[in-house]
Amino acid sequence: MAHSTFPARFEFLDEIRSLVAQVARESGFSEKDIYSLQLAADEAASNIIEHAYAGVSDALLEITCDMRGSELVITMRDTGKPFDPSKVKQPNLKADLSERQIGGLGLYLMRKLMDDVHYESNARSGNLLTMIKRRG
Amino acid sequence: MEITTQEFKHCDLIKVKGRVDSATAPDFSKALEKANNDGKFKIVVDMSELEYMSSAGFRALLATQRNCKRYNRGELVLVSVPARIHEALELAGFTELFKTFDDAIEAVGSF
Repeated sequence: MAHSTFPARFEFLDEIRSLVAQVARESGFSEKDIYSLQLAADEAASNIIEHAYAGVSDALLEITCDMRGSELVITMRDTGKPFDPSKVKQPNLKADLSERQIGGLGLYLMRKLMDDVHYESNARSGNLLTMIKRRG
Repeated sequence: MEITTQEFKHCDLIKVKGRVDSATAPDFSKALEKANNDGKFKIVVDMSELEYMSSAGFRALLATQRNCKRYNRGELVLVSVPARIHEALELAGFTELFKTFDDAIEAVGSF
């Protein structure tokens, strides 16, 4: 099981993707799935850094990446602003170029790339994101 | 991430190598904006040596495509999109917003 704490800054996305890729590769995921897992982890961490920790410096992002049976479970814990995914509008993927919105795309990709994505917010322990992908 | 820009008579060829994520996308945006600011709206983005692109990179492509297509003055097209990146663009519903080519010469020649 991999367990690491990263400074919540975009420069660390490379390391976050590497951590996820390493565990996924050791666990026998295909290269296509490894790319998907890296992209989902990147989008999740980017959202936390950009939104939960907006304007906060020296914040930390705690990540675990672990096989449970045939599922890879990625968790990310932060102590930033709580997040309610039901308030994020689903992007309209059919909209014309001029009306295309980019907001919400990260969350949309996470849900498409993973088998399960859920958030819990707790006043004491902060926000916990759990993402699960089954080995194909 | 590394970016090189080559100017042709009818378009600019911008090659982006390595990884585009939230850390590097601002520099990718700047390269695209610079072309637009120089009055270049016909742009070929060569992805043949691109390893990775997150939605931060998609955002830069979308903003530039909007700017290029305004007043019918041009277009941004993609060349040699790696399979994984193409799949992600497709998931995001972006493939219909950009013409794609298999090689740079063909893409440059399309303008």
